[in-house]
Amino acid sequence: MRVTIITFPGSNCDRDVSVAIKKITGKNPSNIWHQENEVPNCDLIILPGGFSYGDYLRCGAVAAHSPVMKEVKNHAARGGAVLGICNGFQILLEAKLLEGALIRNSGLKFVCKQVALKINKQINSPFLHHFKQNDIIHLPIAHNEGNYFADSETLKQIEDKGLVALRYHTSSDGNSFNPNGSINNIAAILSDNGKVLGMMPHPERYVDNELGGLDGFEFLKSTLEQLS
Amino acid sequence: MKFKINIFLKKGVLDPEGKAIENALLNNGYNKVNDVRVGKTISLNIKSDIKSDALEQVTLMCKEMLVNNVIEDFEIVPSEEDK
Repeated sequence: MRVTIITFPGSNCDRDVSVAIKKITGKNPSNIWHQENEVPNCDLIILPGGFSYGDYLRCGAVAAHSPVMKEVKNHAARGGAVLGICNGFQILLEAKLLEGALIRNSGLKFVCKQVALKINKQINSPFLHHFKQNDIIHLPIAHNEGNYFADSETLKQIEDKGLVALRYHTSSDGNSFNPNGSINNIAAILSDNGKVLGMMPHPERYVDNELGGLDGFEFLKSTLEQLS
Repeated sequence: MKFKINIFLKKGVLDPEGKAIENALLNNGYNKVNDVRVGKTISLNIKSDIKSDALEQVTLMCKEMLVNNVIEDFEIVPSEEDK
C-alpha cells in the first residue's frame, strides 16, 4: 500500500494524515512538496486540509495550479485514487477533477464541530466499499468555505449518477444538520469512476478514541484495504 | 496596458457577506437598499501595446484561473490611464 500526501504552502493537516496512515498501515507515506513535477508511483494520493496559499483568490484556486497538480490529474486520468480532505476538496474542485464549487458558509461563521454523516452508496467506490447505504458515521468538520454549490443542471447530473458520497445528517441530539448551507446537504462527492473523493469532514482527526472517535480510522482503513 | 477585472458572485449564488452588509445598512436606516453584492477587483498590467492581444490574454487567464465560472461572473475594464 503506497500513499502519497502532498503539502502545499499553508497545508496544516498533512502531518495528521501521515500519522493516521502510519497508524493504519504501519508504513510511512511519501510526503511531497507541491513544486514537484513527479509523484511517486502510488495507490492513493491525498490532498490534505489547511489553508493553501492563505486561501488567496479563492480557497484552493492557487494550489490547483501548482506544478504537482499536473501529475495528480494524470494519476486520476489513469484511474488512480485521489482523496481531497477539506481544503483538499476545494483544490479538487478548482482543478476540475470534481464538479461544483465550495462557497462561504451560509451562517458566515467558521464551523468547527462533530457532525453526523449519512453514507450514500450508489456506485462502486473504494472509499465506500466498507459501508452500507444509509450507514451513519461521525466525523469532525472545521471550515469557513464548505457550502457546496452547483448549478441545477450539474446538481441533477451528480444526483442522477449517484455521485454524492456523504450527506450531513440530523444526529440523535438534533444539532448537526447542515452546518454550512450545502445544497442537498452534500458533504462529499465522487468522480464518475468513484476513484476521486472530495470530502469536507476530516477522517484523519478521528483515528483515536482519545481524540473523539474511530470512524475516521475505519473509513481510511477500509479505503486502504480496497486499494492495496 | 493596464486592466481591471471585476469579479462578482453569479446571480443565484448565495452571497452571505453581501447579505450581512445589506442587513447592516437597513439597520442604519438606509431602507431603500437591496441587492447588495460583494465582489473583488484584480488590477494587472500586460506588457503589450496591442490591445486585442492583451485583452485576449486577460480573458484567457480569467477563464483558466482568476475566475471560477461555476460561481462567478467577471468583466474586464481597460484602466483609466490607458484611455
